[in-house]
Amino acid sequence: MPVLEDGLPCNHGAHEDLIRKLRKLLPPEAVLTDKEDLRPFECDGLSVYRRLPLVVALPETIAQVQDIMRLCHALQVPVVARGAGTGLSGGALPLSDGVLLSLAKFKRILHIDPENAIATLQPGVRNLAISEAAAAYGLYYAPDPSSQIACTIGGNVAENSGGVHCLKYGLTVHNILMLKVVTMDGELLTIGAETLDSPGYDLLALMAGSEGMLAVIVEVTVKLLAKPERAQVLLAAFDDVFKAGEAVGAIIAAGIIPAGLEMMDKVAIQAAEDYAHAGYPRDAEAILLCELDGTNAEVSEHIMEVREILHQSGATEVRTAVNEAERQLFWKGRKSAFPAVGRISPDYYCMDGTIPRRQLPHVLRQISLWSEEYGLPVANVFHAGDGNLHPLILFDANKDGELARTEEFGQRILQLCVEVGGSITGEHGVGMEKINQMCIQFKTAELSQFHAVKAAFDPAGLLNPGKAVPTLQRCAEFGAMHVHHGQLPHAELERF
Amino acid sequence: MLERDISEALQQQVHNAVVNGTPLKIEGGNTKAFLGREIHGEILDVSGHRGIVEHDPRELVLTARSGTPLKEIEAALAEAGQMLAFEPPHFGDNATLGGTIACGLSGPRRSFCGSARDFVLGCKLINGKGEILRFGGQVIKNVAGYDVSRLMVGAYGTLGVLLEISLKVLPRPAASHTLIQECTQAEAISKMSRLLSQPVPVDAACYHAGHCYLRLSGSEQAVKHAHEHLGGEVIEKSEPFWHALREHHLPFFGAAKPLYRIMIKPAMPPLEIAGEWLLDWGGAQRWLVSDEPIAFIRERVAKVGGHVTQFRGSEHNGEIFQPLATPLLVIHQRLKSSLDPHGIFNRGRIYANL
Repeated sequence: MPVLEDGLPCNHGAHEDLIRKLRKLLPPEAVLTDKEDLRPFECDGLSVYRRLPLVVALPETIAQVQDIMRLCHALQVPVVARGAGTGLSGGALPLSDGVLLSLAKFKRILHIDPENAIATLQPGVRNLAISEAAAAYGLYYAPDPSSQIACTIGGNVAENSGGVHCLKYGLTVHNILMLKVVTMDGELLTIGAETLDSPGYDLLALMAGSEGMLAVIVEVTVKLLAKPERAQVLLAAFDDVFKAGEAVGAIIAAGIIPAGLEMMDKVAIQAAEDYAHAGYPRDAEAILLCELDGTNAEVSEHIMEVREILHQSGATEVRTAVNEAERQLFWKGRKSAFPAVGRISPDYYCMDGTIPRRQLPHVLRQISLWSEEYGLPVANVFHAGDGNLHPLILFDANKDGELARTEEFGQRILQLCVEVGGSITGEHGVGMEKINQMCIQFKTAELSQFHAVKAAFDPAGLLNPGKAVPTLQRCAEFGAMHVHHGQLPHAELERF
Repeated sequence: MLERDISEALQQQVHNAVVNGTPLKIEGGNTKAFLGREIHGEILDVSGHRGIVEHDPRELVLTARSGTPLKEIEAALAEAGQMLAFEPPHFGDNATLGGTIACGLSGPRRSFCGSARDFVLGCKLINGKGEILRFGGQVIKNVAGYDVSRLMVGAYGTLGVLLEISLKVLPRPAASHTLIQECTQAEAISKMSRLLSQPVPVDAACYHAGHCYLRLSGSEQAVKHAHEHLGGEVIEKSEPFWHALREHHLPFFGAAKPLYRIMIKPAMPPLEIAGEWLLDWGGAQRWLVSDEPIAFIRERVAKVGGHVTQFRGSEHNGEIFQPLATPLLVIHQRLKSSLDPHGIFNRGRIYANL
């Protein structure tokens, strides 16, 4: 795997000055500079990109974050903020001449207000911990990314994380009310309010999914929801992936919004079954998991309807989880699809495109053609309800040229997603990974507008520079290479 | 139904305005001119830019040009058994989609189902350089680039001219019942806020004239069971009530005194400000008709973490919206110049210097 070294000139004097000043702001153990201490911060969940930061700062108060930002602003040192480091697009990849600002010490749940169904959290609170703490009041926090056991709320906001329940309960942006953020010049801002809306522009929407480019999130107030009285999951097997796709449309056309609607193809089913023993039918070409939640009465009514629709759509088998244990088991198979695929292949490359659902047959057909062309198997895991496709391309990085072929295959999939009216990323973010594909999805003027929006928050361009929005030069070079070679050499290198 | 794409003409007018330094006043159906501060400028009439561009019910997405009448969109959705789940107020026959989104208005269903901005998936707009840009898309999940489309919601046209908007739409509930119960404001607040932690299919809750109104929506069985659980009298044919609430047609809204919109945490006990109160959104949006000075009202509301909009009947050039803290205002000004560098769009509609 490539290890990135910046070509930027090393300025030891300036670096030592920065570190000395950081040590004045923070206790000794909160400033890390030894290579071994920096190692855990060299990458996020996308480990193909690695780079050691110059220094890691671990503040534990908002005032310390402000101090660090003011210092870096004064010294013109770039800053990359980091939560749990579970991101899948390299958004928290450090800079070798910059500060890696870890929010790991901000772990406290500050307040749960059951009367108003809100919770105020430090950014390092784990996603699942919110629901666990709210459970005492019959409440929970809805967005549930698969990494919810480890990922933190600050990172969830920065990435606008989704999960398997997005169609009904929305993304992070729909479930937050207020943020406290620190801008690059050290200003503490309150964005949004504890009320349902707030005066002025909707900066809350802008912050959600901004990938650490606009400000550092130091406090988050989320909405909590009443736990549904009942949740029930159906598993349907199909002998044809396209029939499963049709069934998804038919359920929605019937006016039912499932809490979760997930699809897996044969490769994914078999891998998940071997790994989690969820009782999935191994011979099926596709399965659908359809979760219905709400009041007892409503769930009963909808289950009957959905069963009928699934049969009419040609399901070869429809099962309803008989109890909570079986429901959890059905989901375990799906939620462990990624590690399961990781077991059957030395490496896999996870894509995150979204498409209008009606394009599913076309897109799956094309992926399977390319899969043959490249000689690389694909497992498809699909948030079918909201059109978010996760093809996992299986490859072996130790085989010469296979990573490059995989990336080229992946790029074609993302380009196809854009062509059919979708997006290059549904929930994993652009980060470092999909920065070139931004050039496909957006025109020059749109990218320039994004840069202008960033400059409104960070005029000096010091916060997570080089991520999420490509420079126009980069796109020009990418476009040229794309046309001339059809393949991007050394995609890991920065091109400014 | 009239379908017309006049984006080129609109773009040309923006170009001319940039060249001549002419401020523009963006207008759709001209039903919401009473909202916000009074502004002057050459009219940029978007009402001719209309038509539903795409609506595939199975995708739960509708895309329409900004000048499309809201009622045309609602009719098309109703035909497919769907709705705009944020239940937007029209405030007039000619309300357009663009105006609704630009003002970010939502109706009674908002606190339980989401606001206008929650349902926006993408948009096409003209920025202040006269460029036509697209943000977001027609898919429910999309995290590529900053969320500029949602930034447009509630910006009152100060950041760009909306040309096209894609929205997530939802199926209409199979059944809907409204329960009514006599109570005080304080009782209504505690009753409504308790609903937040109960798994009940309530999609609207309001306190008006000594009564609490709860609207239950969902499957037949769900509504029936919830009614048994919550108690209260059923109002037959309740739709006119919710419509009148949404459109401000209830006599409450016709008072000669100024009308204030107060946003507050829903469980907050009644505020001691003299006047008439109507509570919507389960207590999270409170309407006040009062003669008290705005400074006094703002001070009282700020103490409990809320904010106040002068909705009707106030000075047109005053602080209609709650003033912003200075650092936040600075960001607003920079954002305004990033999207509208020449300051030509709806200048001063929200704040004097924006």
